[in-house]
Amino acid sequence: MKDFIIPDRDFGTPAAKSKQMVTLNIDGFDITVPEGTSIMRAAAEIGISVPKLCATDSIDAFGSCRLCLVEIEGRNGTPASCTTPVAPGIKVHTQTGKLKTLRRGVMELYISDHPLDCLTCSANGDCELQDMAGAVGLRDVRYEAIDTHFRAKDTSGIANPNYIPRDDSSPYFSYDPQKCIVCSRCVRACEEVQGTFALTIEGRGFDSRVSFGAKTDTALSSDCVSCGACVQACPTATLQEKSVIDIGTPERSVITTCAYCGVGCSFKAEMRGDELVRMTPYKHGKANRGHSCVKGRFAYGYASHKDRILNPMIRDSINDPWQEVSWPEAMEFAANRMKGIIAKHGKKSVGVITSSRCTNEETYLVQKLTRAVFQNNNTDTCARVCHSPTGYGLGQTLGTSAGTQDFDSVEETDVVIVIGANPASGHPVFASRLKKRLRKGAKLIVVDPRRTEMVDSPHIRAAHHLALTPGTNVAVVTALAHVIVTEKLYDEAFIRDRCDWDEFQDYADFVSQPQNSPEAVELLTGVKASEMRAAARLFATGGNGSIYYGLGVTEHSQGSTTVIGIANLAMMTGNVGRPGVGVNPLRGQNNVQGSCDMGSFPHELPGYRHVKGPEVRAIYENLWGVTIDPEPGLRIPNMLDAAVEGTFKGLYCQGEDILQSDPDTKHVSAGLAAMECVIVHDLFLNETANYAHVFFPGSSFLEKDGTFTNAERRINMVRKVMAPKQGYADWEVTQLFANAMGADWGYTHPSQIMEEIAMTTPSFAGVTYEKIETMGSVQWPCNDKAPEGTPLMHVDGFVRGKGKFINTEYVATDEKTGPRFPLLLTTGRILSQYNVGAQTRRTDNVMWHDQDVLEIHPHDAENRGIKEGDWVRLASRAGETTLRATITDKVNPGVVYTTFHHPDTQANVITTDYSDWATNCPEYKVTAVQISPSNGPSEWQEGYNAFATLSRRIAAAE
Amino acid sequence: MSHDAPHAKLIYMANQIAKFMESKPHDQGIEGLASHINDFWEPRMRRHLFEVLDAGGNGLRPLVLDAAVKIRRPAEAA
Repeated sequence: MKDFIIPDRDFGTPAAKSKQMVTLNIDGFDITVPEGTSIMRAAAEIGISVPKLCATDSIDAFGSCRLCLVEIEGRNGTPASCTTPVAPGIKVHTQTGKLKTLRRGVMELYISDHPLDCLTCSANGDCELQDMAGAVGLRDVRYEAIDTHFRAKDTSGIANPNYIPRDDSSPYFSYDPQKCIVCSRCVRACEEVQGTFALTIEGRGFDSRVSFGAKTDTALSSDCVSCGACVQACPTATLQEKSVIDIGTPERSVITTCAYCGVGCSFKAEMRGDELVRMTPYKHGKANRGHSCVKGRFAYGYASHKDRILNPMIRDSINDPWQEVSWPEAMEFAANRMKGIIAKHGKKSVGVITSSRCTNEETYLVQKLTRAVFQNNNTDTCARVCHSPTGYGLGQTLGTSAGTQDFDSVEETDVVIVIGANPASGHPVFASRLKKRLRKGAKLIVVDPRRTEMVDSPHIRAAHHLALTPGTNVAVVTALAHVIVTEKLYDEAFIRDRCDWDEFQDYADFVSQPQNSPEAVELLTGVKASEMRAAARLFATGGNGSIYYGLGVTEHSQGSTTVIGIANLAMMTGNVGRPGVGVNPLRGQNNVQGSCDMGSFPHELPGYRHVKGPEVRAIYENLWGVTIDPEPGLRIPNMLDAAVEGTFKGLYCQGEDILQSDPDTKHVSAGLAAMECVIVHDLFLNETANYAHVFFPGSSFLEKDGTFTNAERRINMVRKVMAPKQGYADWEVTQLFANAMGADWGYTHPSQIMEEIAMTTPSFAGVTYEKIETMGSVQWPCNDKAPEGTPLMHVDGFVRGKGKFINTEYVATDEKTGPRFPLLLTTGRILSQYNVGAQTRRTDNVMWHDQDVLEIHPHDAENRGIKEGDWVRLASRAGETTLRATITDKVNPGVVYTTFHHPDTQANVITTDYSDWATNCPEYKVTAVQISPSNGPSEWQEGYNAFATLSRRIAAAE
Repeated sequence: MSHDAPHAKLIYMANQIAKFMESKPHDQGIEGLASHINDFWEPRMRRHLFEVLDAGGNGLRPLVLDAAVKIRRPAEAA
């Protein structure tokens, strides 16, 4: 198999960014590098690896191991090459008799306190200490180890007080102090790369030890978030993946893309045979720059979990047990049912849901299935329930349904507004990059009902935390605009040049109205007017201003209005079109951007082109030989309404669990139960499958080729590292089904699907697999105008021409608190779990979060007699559930919060079916609730669990 | 909001769009509301909306009534 690794050398220290170049001579070779480069890195660039232990190019130089010494002509001594910057004209020698002796002496000391069990050591073959002993020619150790850190007992059998046993508390890596050389790489990675500061060096001199905080802390009980940066940085077996300890070292690696969140980190899937040994972040991945989080790095075990279904299954009724059948039988059964429905109820009675978990190519085929084979536009995707308002709002104001920046942009930002997002939990690798910038002095404004980790964490403190009442985003964003406009802090030159000045005047009149002032909305939003004013002034005057936002913005009745308000803020302050600024939606799913791009929405063909346009339809009509319906199709909530009404009967749902992830569970289940053929295509028997008649087993991201598009519009390669366990990649399954329905598709590789996408979609015209292979990744638009793709959007002008200011009138949601439901529930995510948890619940990540809990303020808890850990009943107008409470002042009085990762919690039994006015994106973030003490699970939970158990039965093979 | 009446839900949705469009000048509001419904509402939904409109538009905000002539009446069920 092809090995996609570009030689992944460690240059020892990070690259310098200076434009000033310096020429020096190393070992007789001239080399020119940017000013500020270390001698070690300059040497590495001409292929000379100076021996080193404490240096690695993901973190700043430290100069502690004294192995990388060099001699410089005309200078005294033997400076460390990692901490010594280059200078013009110097002559450096990396290998002299003096250096050889010194290095050997240093290594001798290291080895004198290190166990010599190399053959049975888990880092055997992957150990820099071993490599350096070889590199410096260490042949003999003169010192007899008397006091050591690695012997459990001394020679007389007395316990060694310096010996610390291995810490195996983390499910994913072990910390073995006896192998530690105290190079501090782990401590520095935790600080500089991850920004958690969980690790420290305790003691001094011979007593120096790596420690997870206090002496009593273990890896699991400490602040450690298990991102893997320390494991990555460790040169020995001290911090090591347990999978490597179990399996052994990998023999090859393949670059691929993480299948969790919208950051889209590049990883090396390190393999032995067809067994995945470990996933390590890829240094040249442009989204993550070599960093990772606990999910992508470690939580891949779901792909081989025993719950995975590997055979297609069918059943006549959802009350029957499942029958395992062959692929052809499943296809025939599914196609006959769908054909029957279409014959009886018409071609608009069926539809599809594409998956934001699957590849672009797979998503494209699913929407093609409904448009070309079913011949309707009934296609939707889970972006409906997350970022559909982003598509609408940014499309209206800026002209394109996507974020404006790449993630590198954060390195040049000066003031950041994070609104309705908690990147530390939801987009951890981006959060680490943001925190790095904040530690260097950028200012942060957090708009969130909760005191999230972004507000206050080690070495990070938000300048302003606008802890608004859920549901008042529009009022806050408009009030910020009010301050900027009335205090004349806007960027007039930018607005005159890039937007319509008259239109801005109209908008300025609107926001300047007294009812939009911070003082006027203070009571409503719960945010002090002075804080809002200070935040607005900071954003408008603090330099490069960027806005990052998440589902706390979109999942509201006025989600689209807030997105428009955010675009207004960016435009009026001139913060669009260069590095360090912009409007940046943090996308939830790995390929939610891609699934939107690929025409998953019922009103638009791939590339965001409305189906009403005859010239756009003609492109596909000519290629596919069908007539495309010019009318928009049904969105997910509309499909369910139509199902309840009896006009929508059949659904092919790929890689989405609408029963768990969509609001108002009872309405979803009623809609699904009313359908005659529900086909679920997934890795697991998810909650939706309880209502399915056909189950197509899915393939994991490790088992197929394709592309994902992340929140930066970056198209990244997904590569097959093992054969699909159930026989087919998902795109092949969709093709089999389409052909069973009478189509004549003959794709033999996803690259052919991408060719079709590029041929028909202007913004993808220049995208080919060859280009992605060569460039590593490419950001759309990629076409003749931008053959290398587009890292920054709207550089010289907005995609729509002039940027459009649109009034953002605050309309209170109809979901209101009252005597029966006096509290507001809002929802969010936690680091270790992912969305509905289908993947992460099937990994050891449950050790961090085994159930959803309700956060409640001490005042509200005391009023209700609720204590820490109590079962509580959570009731709304839509339904009720039970879960355990935790008491915290992270939430304000009147607000409660929970996550939605566990199906037992059924948080969406509580949420209502209110939705965004423009896109029907559900209002997950605001539900009026009451909390009361409880004895245990609600009747609904027990009833549902019984039904789910019954529904998941699989009949024994005959 | 009730689920058993598809009309009630559509009236609610149309009024939600109206509330956003009402902050625009009246002409632009009418245009915006009608084109939004034409662009995003599947014919079944528009058919139900017209059932309400044809019965007098009870419960709909004035802007929806004003925009009705610009909303595309769907062809009869296929």
